Amino acid sequence: MKFKVRGIDTFASTGGRPFDKNKPLIIFVHGSGLSHMVWVLQTRYFAFRGYSVLAVDLPGHGLSSGESLKTIEEMGDWVGDVIGAVGCKEASLVGHSQGCLVTMECVAQHPEKIKTLTLMGGASAIPMNPELLKLAEESNPKAVDLMMDFAHGPAGHFGGHPVPGLYHLNVGSMIVQNKEIKDTLGVDFRACDNYKNGPEVAKKLDLPTLSILGAQDRMCRLKDGKILADYIKGSEVKIIEDCGHMMLLEEADQTLEILKKFIAEHYPLPN
Amino acid sequence: MDPKTYKFDTLSLHAGYQPSKNAGSRQVPIYQTTSYMFDDVDHAAALFNLERGGHIYSRMSNPTVQVLEERVCALEGGTAALATASGMSAIFLTIMTLCNAGDHMVVSSQLYGGTVNLFRLTLPKFGIKTTFVKPRDTEGFKKAIQPNTKGIFGELVGNPGNELMNMPEVSNIAKEAGIPLIIDSTYQTPYLCRPFEHGADLVVHSLTKWMSGNGSSMAGILVEGGTFDWMQNDKFPTMTEPYEGYHGLSFAEEFGPTAFTMMARAEGMRDMGPCLAPQNAWNILHGLETLSLRMEKHCSNALKMVEYLSNHESVAWVSHASAPGHPDKELAEKILPKGTGSMIAFGIKGGKEAGAAFINNVKLASHLANVGDARTLVIHPASATHSQMDEATLKFAGLSHDMIRLSVGLEDFEDIVNDFEDGFRAAKKPRLVANK
Repeated sequence: MKFKVRGIDTFASTGGRPFDKNKPLIIFVHGSGLSHMVWVLQTRYFAFRGYSVLAVDLPGHGLSSGESLKTIEEMGDWVGDVIGAVGCKEASLVGHSQGCLVTMECVAQHPEKIKTLTLMGGASAIPMNPELLKLAEESNPKAVDLMMDFAHGPAGHFGGHPVPGLYHLNVGSMIVQNKEIKDTLGVDFRACDNYKNGPEVAKKLDLPTLSILGAQDRMCRLKDGKILADYIKGSEVKIIEDCGHMMLLEEADQTLEILKKFIAEHYPLPN
Repeated sequence: MDPKTYKFDTLSLHAGYQPSKNAGSRQVPIYQTTSYMFDDVDHAAALFNLERGGHIYSRMSNPTVQVLEERVCALEGGTAALATASGMSAIFLTIMTLCNAGDHMVVSSQLYGGTVNLFRLTLPKFGIKTTFVKPRDTEGFKKAIQPNTKGIFGELVGNPGNELMNMPEVSNIAKEAGIPLIIDSTYQTPYLCRPFEHGADLVVHSLTKWMSGNGSSMAGILVEGGTFDWMQNDKFPTMTEPYEGYHGLSFAEEFGPTAFTMMARAEGMRDMGPCLAPQNAWNILHGLETLSLRMEKHCSNALKMVEYLSNHESVAWVSHASAPGHPDKELAEKILPKGTGSMIAFGIKGGKEAGAAFINNVKLASHLANVGDARTLVIHPASATHSQMDEATLKFAGLSHDMIRLSVGLEDFEDIVNDFEDGFRAAKKPRLVANK
């Protein structure tokens, strides 16, 4: 659905169900250069099970208007504004990769609005390889190829998408390339590279938190994901074997099962 | 720093398959089964509602067929693919997903005869009309577009006359009109050309041909490039508006670069059911493993054949984009740098009678209605593959009565030549009789 955030047209997938502000809200926040489309194998499930779902396109991404936000802090604040923009007071957040930094920042800036936090493929900092950053800022498609290479685990490189017929390396690539690379991926990579508050923010989090990590993640390595989880008080950690950074596509079923249990326990539907 | 994603030959052997998820089986297993157990009621509901991936019933998807789909998709550089029972069913499914009654297509006139009949005779029964345009008439494609036109369709190298459609320029015309370009790339295979790199939005194949190479199995496939924005205009409401069949799902919003294939499977396979048999998928997968090796030999044999035929006294003309003086040679060099394929059309002196004598007297080359087999194949299109077309349609499609369609195989070149010499000798005899 389209709605306004700070006066800018914003798109979010509602998982195929009409949005209802009276239902518990879960907001999904995508990673660098991507869009709501990466979440389809998680969002539809919750949307058809009593939750309201918003898989947002960050400004300038996917079907949202405006320009990409330049810092993780701005993005975190923006996600907080989304909650009010759709007439809700609170939400649970699910972030992937850069979306983990964004959702952590959102909790830090709007702690009263956020009930639970799920971090997929996260780390407390995501420093970028300088060559990759330069390629992305120059809109060089090679940046997307490198990103897809790093983002998928060894098994993921062979394919085997959970949805028959989809080849996930090219799906991710096309999502990024549907926009000018420098305006989305380039801006996002720079924002990740500049962001240094992760450890401090993580240490202050005080809400039910789940980290889902890929054992073969080369973008945010398993050890970095564990360090982040250690910063967060009481964080649950689930590791998916034979999986890279794109667990939400590479191992969509396992990811959904883990998320289902966490949401059911910490953000249940009202009786 | 370069990406270490797998390249073409590796993908042709490995894409879409993980042995660790299949009992360690190195070869892709044949899942000769119709249906798949649900974990529980919730799991079943989620699968039926496209909330999660997985198999329900082999009409919709099958694990062996899935490997083939992903493999071809990877080779084409696409986002999603849907395998079908034949190439024709891939085309039909594509058009039925794209169009509604009252819609219109712009289509290249030089096509396989069955495809011509589909657009000319069958689709009008469903209210879908077609304007045919000669493949080299690039401006003609633009002129033929109407407000209700939903796509441009063509074979990159037309069957059987080997005229090329200027794919990059026609793609620009399609983009300007906000409609997708659909390319039947059967003749090329992704080894010779990846149409998405030249502006195509959807690709269809008959996998029965070179992709298989073994002449054992019928199969087709639709591949999506993920390039087309279905939401750019209001021409494609079935893609963009809530679809009643899946509780108000908007395929374009939810699935983006895979929306078309998702809809073709969810609606087309569900309702029409032209699914691919797992055994056939497995046979095609075997062919794909050697695609590069076979295409190289097909092309090198074809080049030699063009030279041989061009210098033969019994041959009136030769059409192959590599041939000197072929009107599309420059374009072919640009978009088909690895070779222009192994289909050759040639005119035999003495016309239809000589053609019949030639075909009846070759022994190594097989006379049959197929192309792209590992074996050399010949046919006289006007009396076989395109025989259901009337004179005017034959002429518009660029077919003449002296035309022989040749699909050059992998045999030793000298053996093919020796066989053809027998055919040409026999073809001269009717003319000698006529001269007396």
